[in-house]
Amino acid sequence: MKFGILVNEGPYQHQASDSAYQFAVAALAKGHGIYRVFFYNDGVNNANKLTEPPQDDRNVTRQWSALAAAHDIDLVVCVAAALRRGIKNELLAPGFHISGLGQLIQAGIEADRLVVFGD
Amino acid sequence: MSEEREGGAGQVKRFMIVNRKAPYGTIYALESLEVVLIGAAFDQDVSLVFLDDGVYQLKKGQRTQGIGQKNFSSTYRALADYDVEKLYVERESLEARGLTVDDLLVPVEVLGSAELGALMERQDVVLAF
Repeated sequence: MKFGILVNEGPYQHQASDSAYQFAVAALAKGHGIYRVFFYNDGVNNANKLTEPPQDDRNVTRQWSALAAAHDIDLVVCVAAALRRGIKNELLAPGFHISGLGQLIQAGIEADRLVVFGD
Repeated sequence: MSEEREGGAGQVKRFMIVNRKAPYGTIYALESLEVVLIGAAFDQDVSLVFLDDGVYQLKKGQRTQGIGQKNFSSTYRALADYDVEKLYVERESLEARGLTVDDLLVPVEVLGSAELGALMERQDVVLAF
């Protein structure tokens, strides 16, 4: 099955991004595909490469980057939500790119299921 | 689970946007509306649900001067211009807050939670904010 994933919360404050990541890993392990991961609301903060958690904690941003590199996954950050929160191209971690909300609608159209992770 | 509309150029899916939060206090209501408008611009079959504190998004007489935020409630009235005309409000949420349809900015269809659940089951995409 082809999944779309929507992440609506930022890292650490909320578990949504962790859960979405775990879901993606589990889906890929079962042989499913990830059409796109779309980051919206405070979820755009997941793309911030300056994120630096304590060394004994997971790095949520780096996990997404690594997953994207390993499985060629499209990580899209909503432009309007990102600009509101100061997330710009120069802040993006590898694998993330900024685009419009149309990419979310497109994921809804193209994916077999669009799974939302939020509050 | 999707279907091609007769005569439609692209694929049309049923998108349901579920609004559960009060209009101010968090950004969910405002950014949810942006998704609705883009969904409509992509010619999708978009409907909106208001439940829990989300019913307050449609409350008449919103005044935001005191909190220094933009009052975006007029956007709900403009939805019809984007061919977004399916607005559903959960009866239980409305009643629990002492509201009736007369308190709301726009015409809506009031459904019980069971009916709403059945309607959700018929969607292709459900986005909850």
